[in-house]
Amino acid sequence: MSSGPHVVPIRVLFSVFAALIVLLAATVAAAFVNWGAFNPLIAMTIATIKALLIVLFFMEVRYSSRLTMVMVGGGFVWLAILMIITMSDYVSRHLVGVGQPW
Amino acid sequence: MSHSSQVAHHFEDIEQQNESLVLGMWLFLATEVMFFGGLFTAYVVYRTTYSEVFHEASRTLDFTLGTVNTLILLVSSLTMAMGVYAAKTGRRNLLPLMLVATIILGLAFLGVKAVEYSQKFEHHLVPGAGFVWPGGNPPHAQLFFVLYFIMTGMHAFHMVIGIVMMAMLLVMAMLGKFGPERYMGVEMAGLYWHFVDIVWVFLFPLLYLIDRS
Repeated sequence: MSSGPHVVPIRVLFSVFAALIVLLAATVAAAFVNWGAFNPLIAMTIATIKALLIVLFFMEVRYSSRLTMVMVGGGFVWLAILMIITMSDYVSRHLVGVGQPW
Repeated sequence: MSHSSQVAHHFEDIEQQNESLVLGMWLFLATEVMFFGGLFTAYVVYRTTYSEVFHEASRTLDFTLGTVNTLILLVSSLTMAMGVYAAKTGRRNLLPLMLVATIILGLAFLGVKAVEYSQKFEHHLVPGAGFVWPGGNPPHAQLFFVLYFIMTGMHAFHMVIGIVMMAMLLVMAMLGKFGPERYMGVEMAGLYWHFVDIVWVFLFPLLYLIDRS
């Protein structure tokens, strides 16, 4: 123990940054091509990969304890619950003949 | 400074104390995920319901300024991460430099945002009595701009808080308060800064890049 703090190597920080810039270019380029319904899917996939890179390396979750990882995951699981339950209501309203209230 | 003097009396050792700080910060960030999550959910509901007018409204946003701002925030995340690196490895000259860089990039982001907001005022695209929408379905176009201003506004507010935190860290860093023995303040502020960056990583494609083809 007592080997001092865990330090993310500078080379890892620059690699992650380079990947983030490539992904930014990719998401901008993808937005100018018409893929129909796949456009939002591609944009959100790239954004999620960028967020994962930031969480894992810049925020050092990859090097953290399991308990911290559970806490990190928990925040996003709650968000998923909010989104899934809300959307399951709104996308199914027309099936039961309930209109949009606004 | 001895190792033990850093440990508060209710912790066994420095590892347990640091672990608790990280855990507590992530618990706070989980509440932030839920705070922005409510706004994102509202956005998804309205975009799926009124997708056509949301596509039109999105195209009025300045895509170049949005891309520049995303670039600025990604660079600021790199300087922040290097600040944490400098604190942990005891590079006492590098740390203030990285904090200053992060502050400047944060201010640059807010500056670009201010330019965008003033353009919206000029073009009468701010929700309210003065809102003018040339296309069809103005009430729902207005909805897009309500979400745009609330989401980017709350994000900018978080940026302001982050910049104030960076300024406080800068003063402490220049007083030589940080080093391999004491760096958690920088690391915690870093977690906050990166989180605000992640929010923008999602805001940018959702608001600016809906339909550019």
